[in-house]
Amino acid sequence: MRRLLYLLPVVLFVAVAAYFVLALRPGRDPQLLPSALINKPAPSFALAGLSGSDGLRLDALKGQVMLVNFFASWCEPCRDEHSVLMQLAKDGQIALYGIAYKDKPEDAQQFLKRLGDPYRGIGLDESGRTAIDFGVYGVPETYVIDKEGRIRLRHVGPLTEADVARELLPLLKELAHS
Amino acid sequence: MIIELGHFALILALCLALLQATLPLRGAARGHAGLMTVGQTAAVAQFVLITVAFAALMNAYVESDFSVANVFENSHSLKPMLYKVTGVWSNHEGSMLLWVFILSLFGAAVALFGDNLPPALRARVLAVQGMIGVGFLAFILFTSNPFLRVHPAPLDGQGMNPILQDPGLAFHPPFLYLGYVGFSVAFSFAVAALIEGRVDAAWARWVRPWTLAAWCALTIGIAMGSWWAYYTLGWGGWWFWDPVENASFMPWLVGTALLHSAIVVEKRDALKSWTILLAIVTFSLSLIGTFLVRSGVLTSVHAFAVDPARGAFILLLLVVAIGGSLTLYAIRAPSLGGGGLFAPISREGALVLNNVLLATAAATVFLGTLYPLFLDAVGGPKVSVGFPFFNRTFVPLMVPVLIAVVAGPLLAWKRGDLLGALQRLWVAFAAALAVVLIGLYLSGFTPILAVLGLGLAAWVAVGTLTEWAERVKLFRASAGETWRRARNLPRSSYGMTLAHLGLAVSVAGIAASAFEVERIELLHPGDNLDLAGYQLHFDGTEKIEGPNFAADRATIEVTRNGAPIAVLHPERRFFALQQMTTSLTAIRTTFMSDLYVALGDPDETGGSTIRAYWKPLVPWIWIGAVIMAAGGVLSLLDRRWRVGVAARRRLPAAHPAPGE
Repeated sequence: MRRLLYLLPVVLFVAVAAYFVLALRPGRDPQLLPSALINKPAPSFALAGLSGSDGLRLDALKGQVMLVNFFASWCEPCRDEHSVLMQLAKDGQIALYGIAYKDKPEDAQQFLKRLGDPYRGIGLDESGRTAIDFGVYGVPETYVIDKEGRIRLRHVGPLTEADVARELLPLLKELAHS
Repeated sequence: MIIELGHFALILALCLALLQATLPLRGAARGHAGLMTVGQTAAVAQFVLITVAFAALMNAYVESDFSVANVFENSHSLKPMLYKVTGVWSNHEGSMLLWVFILSLFGAAVALFGDNLPPALRARVLAVQGMIGVGFLAFILFTSNPFLRVHPAPLDGQGMNPILQDPGLAFHPPFLYLGYVGFSVAFSFAVAALIEGRVDAAWARWVRPWTLAAWCALTIGIAMGSWWAYYTLGWGGWWFWDPVENASFMPWLVGTALLHSAIVVEKRDALKSWTILLAIVTFSLSLIGTFLVRSGVLTSVHAFAVDPARGAFILLLLVVAIGGSLTLYAIRAPSLGGGGLFAPISREGALVLNNVLLATAAATVFLGTLYPLFLDAVGGPKVSVGFPFFNRTFVPLMVPVLIAVVAGPLLAWKRGDLLGALQRLWVAFAAALAVVLIGLYLSGFTPILAVLGLGLAAWVAVGTLTEWAERVKLFRASAGETWRRARNLPRSSYGMTLAHLGLAVSVAGIAASAFEVERIELLHPGDNLDLAGYQLHFDGTEKIEGPNFAADRATIEVTRNGAPIAVLHPERRFFALQQMTTSLTAIRTTFMSDLYVALGDPDETGGSTIRAYWKPLVPWIWIGAVIMAAGGVLSLLDRRWRVGVAARRRLPAAHPAPGE
């Protein structure tokens, strides 16, 4: 029994090493992360807003094609993504909503003040409850919701310009005409 | 020609490392003195050869020899001389060369200063060092060779990432590597002890100075990295829980645990197999840190160019080094046997608590770092679990560490008197309470955790001084007696006091960062900004030319109640070669607080975004780290670690070591 205890470190290491092997696997496609909620109605939410602005309620937003972006001021990939979001929101055609995940309102406010605010509306998910409903792994994460309020696409991790051009814009166009 | 000489020297070093990894082991097993001394000769020769290789590469950088691919890719003729030199290690290949250079430095140090070691132990330690050397030299020569040429030679280089052109960052990697690689000595000692199947107090006495030296360097390295992030990234953060920061922090946490558990082995001959495990894990985490940065498994400001072949090679090294040593541990450790027994409430007990908490903290950081990587493994991209996770897991673990760090040294070995220790700490408790109450009053009860953090810092500082006062019988004996005792305390005791005080200083700096004041405004020339009692007057920006960049330089006059305080010049530098903009913040520090100003983007109307912060006590974070490292150095100067003392210790009756 005591001997088994001494085996524990090497067993743990084997598990970690196996997992590094997976991480090194060539040609992995980051886009292939299915959501259990694809084509299902988006989980309902009603979130408080930042100071001086309205909150975010899914019911009030329905009837349009929209993007819901989970972000946080403490998240570094979100900083990378932010310029892409700003670009996306520039002409005002796309309904982009932000949900600040486990973020203090004042931090989220500063973040947007510093880097610009691409969102039409912002909800605060301080408890992380809405993120759990959506099945969010970590921030940033972006969802496309259609006119009927169903989730059509889930993108995990920062959006790049290539993602937007290749994946997001065609889908948004298609959904807008349907 | 010189570069080929360096290349050749590195190949020779690999051959010597192969000899060093095998012959001394055989010699130690058979008791053959000649074979055992091969290790020493090979270690010193290896150091000389790698020094030649390193100097050859540095020469190519200084001379801007762009026929060398590595120089062409990472340097430029217009780059300032300082960055030509530091450019050697600011890229993957060169930094690996620095890595093995430091490894060979430690190997040579063991060979030259290890005369007091039993010959078989020294031979085995050097053999393990040789094995590490083989792995990394092969890695450099086969996947990351900095000595390759390009034909035809380009006219000029591609330049270096402007973010890295900074004096703070220039010396961050060498310190970090001194720490990472320094832990290889503890690792080699641990593996050698497992091969011999024997760990005793003398073993701990040999291991501890090496660990301490590596720990000091790592402390400085991490502090430098954090300071650099603070003044370059332009939003005043100093720790981001970035995977690469975590990669350096984990060996630090486990190394800290190792430092403390080695004391128990040395003084009480207990916790042997645990200490061996810590020594293996500390260096393993250093290796994993190397792996994370270079394999392309993650991206970050720190990440080097991605190459799957390198990732696979390093992974193989990890499996052999860590898997091999842990397997050896599983086989041999059960027979190492326990040592002195002790009650849960005792100095040993407190050190065990410290170890458990630090190891758990390291495990938490490990999980938080690898969870996003795990997503990567199953096909997800990079996400960040970030501050909420670490704040909720890591911070609560540090609270008991900080409470116990004061009580531990006041407990006796074997069986301590906790109540008595706590009674002697009433001054520390009163100080902490006073800080908390005053803090709550002044801050209006928010943020309450930061105030409690300041209270903890006061507890650690005053409690540590109490322990020193107890030892010298301050106010309880005559002044002369106190003075005599203060002079006779061993340096290692002062080292501990200093290191724990440094911890208190850092904790205060970290806690107080919650009180910072931030203003971000679009200012036009002539505008004013009020910040925490200071008035900032924006005079406007001017264009200046640097050696390899063009910059906007702002002038901001700072006054306080009309009295001039300072003129700050934050800059935005544009590096045309790399098409990159970096920010040079202007910081005015009083050592009690920083006034931090960064220049943001200009807008069409001629205004500029100014980010201004007032950050109380923030310099203490790094000052504390420097004090901790100074404590470590002081402890290293203790006379019981002078060359030859350990040998004499084994014959205590004949030659008692002085000052013990």
